[in-house]
Amino acid sequence: MGNAGLMEAFAALLDALVYTTSRNRKLALIAAYLRSAPDPDRGWALAALTDGLDFPAAKSSTVRTLMKERVDPVLWSLSRDFVGDTAETASLLWPAPEGAAPQDDLPLAEVVARLAALTRASAPRELPLLLDRMDANGRYALIKLATGGMRVGISARLAKTAFAQAFDVAVEEVEEYWHALTPPYAELFAWAAAGGPAPDLASTPRFRPFMLAHPLEDGEVDLADYAAEWKWDGIRVQLMRTGGVTRLYSRSGDDISATFPELLNVLRVDAVLDGELLVRGSAQGGEAGGAASFNALQQRLGRKTVSAKMLKEAPAFVRLYDVLLLEGTDWREHPWELRRATLEGLMPRLPASHFDLSQLVEAEDFTALARIRDTARAEAIEGLMLKRRDSPYVAGRKAALWYKWKRDPLLIDCVLMYAQRGSGKRSSFYSDYTFGCWDGDPDVGAELLPVGKAYSGFTDAELKQLDKFVRQNTLNRFGPVREVVRQLVFEVAFDSVHSSKRHKSGLAMRFPRIHRIRWDKPAHEADRLKGLRGLIRD
Amino acid sequence: MGTRRGGTVAGPLSSSIMTAPFAWIRPEPHGIHVVPADVWIDPSRAVPRALVTHGHADHARGGHGETIATPATLAIMELRYNTRAGAVAAEYGEAVTIGSGVTATFLPAGHVLGSAQILLEHAGERVIITGDYKRAPDPTCALFQVTPCDIFITEATFGLPVFTHPPIAEEIGKLLAARAANPDACILVGAYALGKAQRVIAELRAAGHRDTIWLHGAMEAMGRLYEEHGVGLGDLKLVSDATKDQMRGSIILAPPSALNDRWSRRLPDPITAMASGWMRVRGRARQRGVELPLVISDHADWNELTATIAEVNPQETWITHGREEALLRWCELNQRRARALALVGYEDEDD
Repeated sequence: MGNAGLMEAFAALLDALVYTTSRNRKLALIAAYLRSAPDPDRGWALAALTDGLDFPAAKSSTVRTLMKERVDPVLWSLSRDFVGDTAETASLLWPAPEGAAPQDDLPLAEVVARLAALTRASAPRELPLLLDRMDANGRYALIKLATGGMRVGISARLAKTAFAQAFDVAVEEVEEYWHALTPPYAELFAWAAAGGPAPDLASTPRFRPFMLAHPLEDGEVDLADYAAEWKWDGIRVQLMRTGGVTRLYSRSGDDISATFPELLNVLRVDAVLDGELLVRGSAQGGEAGGAASFNALQQRLGRKTVSAKMLKEAPAFVRLYDVLLLEGTDWREHPWELRRATLEGLMPRLPASHFDLSQLVEAEDFTALARIRDTARAEAIEGLMLKRRDSPYVAGRKAALWYKWKRDPLLIDCVLMYAQRGSGKRSSFYSDYTFGCWDGDPDVGAELLPVGKAYSGFTDAELKQLDKFVRQNTLNRFGPVREVVRQLVFEVAFDSVHSSKRHKSGLAMRFPRIHRIRWDKPAHEADRLKGLRGLIRD
Repeated sequence: MGTRRGGTVAGPLSSSIMTAPFAWIRPEPHGIHVVPADVWIDPSRAVPRALVTHGHADHARGGHGETIATPATLAIMELRYNTRAGAVAAEYGEAVTIGSGVTATFLPAGHVLGSAQILLEHAGERVIITGDYKRAPDPTCALFQVTPCDIFITEATFGLPVFTHPPIAEEIGKLLAARAANPDACILVGAYALGKAQRVIAELRAAGHRDTIWLHGAMEAMGRLYEEHGVGLGDLKLVSDATKDQMRGSIILAPPSALNDRWSRRLPDPITAMASGWMRVRGRARQRGVELPLVISDHADWNELTATIAEVNPQETWITHGREEALLRWCELNQRRARALALVGYEDEDD
């Protein structure tokens, strides 16, 4: 890329990302851009890709108004209807001025600065000056940049991974610094790309990467070395306070403080705590457990503002697992046992209205623990966590330190109803399956209602067989979807099932996957909806 | 050369209707009817006599009693639909008398090999039916010829101002760059088997690409036909004769329907490209799982459609198929008389 870093290079990156479905190819594209683009352009690009920029004065309606002044309204609306996206239609229809200045002298940083300086009054005057300097791809990138919503499937995690890949640094470190810095992340690039010192973040509120667990497949652990606690079914959060400011971070490092305002004024000590965010209820662990199901929590996720009613009906609290920092001491290097004792010592200083301690599960030995785990289903808990008593708190998933030991999944027999083509490597295979259960007795005319969708749990060889089955048993085609003869039974594994108004069957499964393909089983012997409903623990 | 002179088929209509201007040419749902000669242009069902603009399936159908078309179009129809009986060849520029005082002249349309506009003349009135056409130069077929007429019956496949096709050299450059950047993979290009595929190959050759280009089996015969008509395509081989490793770092052409089909599983890590005017719109490319969109079309883009109407400068423009509303609107805005014809059977082929 000859002029990497300029607006044109950013537009080319965005364009390439639009068409790339493979995660590895996306990573490679972003990494190549980050390596070749200059500062501070690459920092702005990173922020733009992860929705870290906001230009309130530039609205989609501003663009529409500009277009109305330049293009016949009938031609505009016919075009907009066909293309289906305002930014793209405008980028294609913008009348480029004769002898327009070349765009390759326009740094992304300058574009960002100009967009940031826009006001509602100046936008209609200033945006055209930028649009005039670009080709259609550049205009598309500019309008997306200005009005938000890149929609190129780049999560913050993917961007961090690409950054780590570009400069050969650990993604955990990137994660730790990233959330404490603001675009264009000058210190981050100075450290990773230019070999400078790590950013000094001593006094900045920031996210610390979570310690994660491996699944315990078979095997056992010795309870002399490992402590057990319940694996609660909420969302893992980090709550931190420094300099009088409390922040709440999700597992991906996103700041979700605004979604849970009731937690922002209750922590009175400077600390970084690891726990499970739950809402009050009795589904998990009964009255004593005090937590509602994940479904109840879900009503509160992803909101930018929270109503008083919601705060009252579904109050959130944090069930604490661990302490990372406390009043100036970093406990992460210390063994879990010591951190646990520190956490227990801290509990009396935290209000019980918003905090409790995740209790340890005591058992004589592993066999006894397994029996206790089996009761987790009735308690609607996901399973157990096993933590090495001497484990430090380290970022990411490190072998043999922490295990998650999920209870065995629920199983149900469903009938394959629809199959859809996959993407990327699977684009020639029908690899996404929608399956249903009978809404009554199939021998007296009951019908199948879709209950879930799964695209994993089978081997490559089985995928080939399934693909062949779908092609040979097609009833109808709807674009990439085929409706198939209701004949093939899947034994579907899932973690839990909840009521849902969104689905005709009235329920939704969590983590459904194909457990076994029952080529042998007749469809009418598949399970009934009634049975599945009986497993709801909302 | 099969030219018919002094045809005797009489028009079925009374002379009073025949004297109204342009009453002799009548758009019907399944084609354009030349009433006095009882001949149909690109009819969508079998008729006794048809004039066919070019070999694509939505214009050329088998089963007509007599088919008048250019020699190349007839050769394509023989290959694709086994049309042999009743084939009457008309060279470009040759005025063919088709009966009752109507003559037809086939003029180059620049769309695919053999494609033609048809100029119909009757009682001093001139009507052109473009069939499908484009204005950009194409090494596989003759360049569109601007010809004055009274009624210009035009296609409108890309009749929206969002459609502007970039110079083909840019798109070929993208294809070659992707190939160079992925020496262990291959670039699988979806291209319509008649016209688009051969044009992409010829342009690759013109850009200096000399390596073997691998073809899906459905493209072999048409490639040979083009070669026989003097269009050199260089070294072409069939995917079915290759090993995976042989195809690494190469360009492979297949009909669009094969892109995500089981057929493509034999290819080494394919990057899916598609050569089509629709690739101008991101959503269209993403819908089809295209990773490398190449905006290459055998149809006129918006600027070519509007510029051609202005150049031909007819009394009236009739719009046959595509996005006719927008082109009608353009005519209205530019004070040109125009009407949309509701013809059936023309498709948004995979152009």
